[in-house]
Amino acid sequence: MNDNEYFVSGHKACAGCSVPILVRWVLKIAGPDTFVVNATGCLEVFSTPYPYTSWKVPWIHTAFENSAATATGIDASIKRKGLLNAHIIVFAGDGATSDIGLQALSGMAERGNDVLYIMYDNEAYMNTGIQRSSATPYGAWTTTSEIGTENLIGKKEKKKPITDIMVAHNIPYAATVNIAFFNDFKDKIKKALGIKGTRFINALAGCPTGWKHDPSKTVEVMKLATRTGIFPLYEVVNGQMRITYRQDPRIPVGDYIKVQGRFKHLQNNHAVIDEIQKNVDSWWSKY
Amino acid sequence: MYKVMKGNEVTAYAAMLSSVDVIPAYPITPSTLFPEKISELIANGEMNATFIPTESEHSAISVAIGASASGSRVMTATASQGLAYMHEMLAIASGMRLPIVMAIGNRAISAPLNIWNDQQDSIDERNSGWIQLYAENNQEILDLTIAAFKISENEKVHLPVMICMDAFLLTHTMEAINIPDKKEVTDFIGKNTTNRIILDTEKPATLGSFASPEYYTEFRHQVTVAMEAANSVIFDIFSDFKKRFNRNYDVVEPYRLDDAELIFVSMGAVSGTIKDAVDVLREQGKKAGLLRLVAFRPFPSQQIKKYLSMDVKIAVIDRNVTPGYDGSVLYAELRSILYDSDFKPEIIDFIAGLGGRDMTIDDFIKIYTLAMEMNADSNHIVWEQLKPLGEDVS
Ligand SMILES: Cc1ncc(C[n+]2csc(CCOP(=O)(O)OP(=O)(O)O)c2C)c(N)n1
Ligand code: SF4
Ligand SMILES: [Mg+2]
Repeated sequence: MNDNEYFVSGHKACAGCSVPILVRWVLKIAGPDTFVVNATGCLEVFSTPYPYTSWKVPWIHTAFENSAATATGIDASIKRKGLLNAHIIVFAGDGATSDIGLQALSGMAERGNDVLYIMYDNEAYMNTGIQRSSATPYGAWTTTSEIGTENLIGKKEKKKPITDIMVAHNIPYAATVNIAFFNDFKDKIKKALGIKGTRFINALAGCPTGWKHDPSKTVEVMKLATRTGIFPLYEVVNGQMRITYRQDPRIPVGDYIKVQGRFKHLQNNHAVIDEIQKNVDSWWSKY
Repeated sequence: MYKVMKGNEVTAYAAMLSSVDVIPAYPITPSTLFPEKISELIANGEMNATFIPTESEHSAISVAIGASASGSRVMTATASQGLAYMHEMLAIASGMRLPIVMAIGNRAISAPLNIWNDQQDSIDERNSGWIQLYAENNQEILDLTIAAFKISENEKVHLPVMICMDAFLLTHTMEAINIPDKKEVTDFIGKNTTNRIILDTEKPATLGSFASPEYYTEFRHQVTVAMEAANSVIFDIFSDFKKRFNRNYDVVEPYRLDDAELIFVSMGAVSGTIKDAVDVLREQGKKAGLLRLVAFRPFPSQQIKKYLSMDVKIAVIDRNVTPGYDGSVLYAELRSILYDSDFKPEIIDFIAGLGGRDMTIDDFIKIYTLAMEMNADSNHIVWEQLKPLGEDVS
């Protein structure tokens, strides 16, 4: 790990945002020989308010849905210059990845470009004011899954299994990470950086503004996400899946739900909480 | 060396002669032969470039942007729906000042679906910050494409360029082309020196940042300034081209304008037919001429004023539509430029040749006659060849 900083403070992220922590440590692991592509979203906006920048590595943002394609262009270009060992890392939100950018990402995975694609998953379109994405979990309030007399649940659809979708592309490496489990996170980033081809990492990204909890509680809430089994930690190397963290026994999902305002409407809705618990248990019963 | 080639093949050859590094592309009629030819040239070992057949046009232009931003010379090709699909990224390419060259096989826009020629697709992108040059024949496709790299990489410009060629009339039509040696082309364009800020781990830069109202206007203004600068840069580069290759270009081409009473204004391949019509009319003692625009962006305002602010009638051949405006785009822009000139010519808009409807010499002779019969009270917006409603289309 590098002592130098490649993502520096002074940016405009909300207090308690987990995304700068994720980015800072990914870059400390990757080092200076790294190109970054950033999709439109919170990170891009809070880290590059012209004429300032938090980035001390070459960084580019072009649009919302095309980071994988932009990264492909960089991959082609630097290969022609003989830069064979530089890293190309994409940071893109869940919206930029699971929704609008899925086609470009799928295209890149099929081409197999040498890119580490990191989706920071704050589980909604946060930059535009907390609208639901396909990564928003079942039961979450967002400004486009509003609670009212006709909707007591919030988002009624389940989270899109983006990591499975990427694994189905037969890429050499896919993993989930949570910075609240730092050693696991660090090992996976290192491993991913050492592999050629398209690699995909789904990084849980606590967001006090959108999840509605106190900014001082981000890491605690993120810990609960994994300890309840809602956000499992695993990696898939050439198709072989391995769970990398096991909590035994798992904490009930209600403990995660009750600390976040986005689930406030569910506090006394035991049927929905039971359903969420059942879904989590059913996933784990396979592993 | 002379070679008989279709317009699309010429485009691929131009990429090869211009030592393009990265070529992302997605097939669409009538530009599909471009990625096919590139694939073949690379497979044969004739061309050393990285070809990336993407999963969409949006990604093709995004790959182009990523590659150009990291210092490669980049070219792609598309048309119609593909260009419309790229729309979002076009202003990003110009706003980031990336010298990308793109061949456009000018084709109608859906709906209804139509694969044939008009110029709606590229004209719709006139505000995208891309230079637009329109070729009349296949030799021009080659020459303008080679020149486009030199124009776009000029440090006063640093803007992307579209080379527009009419669907089928040029893209699929065989012509004998004078192909220069690769060395001559390399000497002309120069090495890809990347005299601009690129992504570089030695000199990290932040490209494509977020600009508040305090800064945004100036970024947009600089694109406009670069576009204005392109006017004289294009002139200089065309002069240099003439010296080296002995073929002459300008942003406009005047044809038999002396003492003309009616001047056609057009862009692209149809200009060849209009020249023939002008010759026929002149033989009949009728004073017709043509001003062909080679550059549409930057708009050649000075040259238009020079040639057209006279007491003449002007017949604009508009191969596009702008519903809700009185007349189409070329007409509107031309008229606006001539508003403050000393002599205001009478301008008539002929909306014609949409979706591949044929335009013959006879059609232009008819247009001449119609225009000469018009007076100030006539309707100056004419839908040429419009069939009455209910007529069988077959
Ligand atoms: C083509 C396009 N559609 C919509 C937007 C508006 N937009 C910008 S960021 C954003 C949401 C981003 O969500 P996500 O990718 O999850 O990142 P986050 O903001 O949560 O970090 C949206 C909808 C856009 N910039 N471009
Ligand atoms: S909205 Fe959420 S993700 Fe965005 S900066 Fe604030 S805390 Fe971070
Ligand atoms: Mg998000």
